[in-house]
Amino acid sequence: MKYIFDLHQTMLDHNLILVYEGEFTQEITKSVLAMAERNMDSSGEESSTKRKVFNVMVECLQNIVKHADEVDHNHAAVFMIGKHENEYIIISGNPIRQENVASLKEKLEHINGLDKDGLKTLYKDIIKSTEISDKGGAGLGFVDMARKSGQKLGFDFVEMEDGNSFFCLKSCIERS
Amino acid sequence: MDILNLEGTEDTPKIILDKGNGIYEISGRSLPEDSAEFYQPVLDWISEYSGSPNPSTEFMFKLEYFNTASSKLILDVLSALEDIDGVTIIWYFHEDDEDMEEAGEEFSELVEIPFEFKTY
Repeated sequence: MKYIFDLHQTMLDHNLILVYEGEFTQEITKSVLAMAERNMDSSGEESSTKRKVFNVMVECLQNIVKHADEVDHNHAAVFMIGKHENEYIIISGNPIRQENVASLKEKLEHINGLDKDGLKTLYKDIIKSTEISDKGGAGLGFVDMARKSGQKLGFDFVEMEDGNSFFCLKSCIERS
Repeated sequence: MDILNLEGTEDTPKIILDKGNGIYEISGRSLPEDSAEFYQPVLDWISEYSGSPNPSTEFMFKLEYFNTASSKLILDVLSALEDIDGVTIIWYFHEDDEDMEEAGEEFSELVEIPFEFKTY
């Protein structure tokens, strides 16, 4: 039973106030959002910080619902929120097919190379030309996360045993 | 013309489109699972309304939050309104919500409709 203590300790060490592992649906998204909102309300968080955290969480969670590749035997993903003295950290991880890594990486590097005005221009370019995809996305999620958080997106691709990759994404939101 | 009246939920906005009483309003939160499906009745309503609109149409957006998929559909709604004479967009934002204010400004730059900005 030591893993229970270890898991608890890991969460405390990383200041994680919420960790969810499993299948992601719109219903789960709503529940996770409600829990995070309650946590921020009860701790009297500034409304501007709350809004930004909520915003980044929605895009992050709906990204997983809509885009997580259904890699064999591993449909699940992980989502967590860290609450530090100066910032909130929104983290997600989900398996993606190896052939999709390069294009995703390129997209994220492009976004991270842009400043505030560059992101605004990219957002407007995409919204003008985009159509809602079969999966229901507008292709704006990462751009919006970068804009709302005001910081570079952290990302990594961890190779898994089956040859696919585990895509980790991290956004930080300063507490005002 | 029929009234479109949708109650708001935790992930969809409240919508009232009422030609008779001159009320055109989208308010609350918008992060539906399928934004295209959710906004289709709104686009259909506007399409019918554009055939015989009121002389002036003050279309109000009072959104607390919307996700990126909704932002695309909001642009589609605005584009549909663009073809109607006498439309003004009333864009509400909470007084300390700069992101919502900026979102309104960006929409106003993407369509040829007058916007009025108001705080609540």
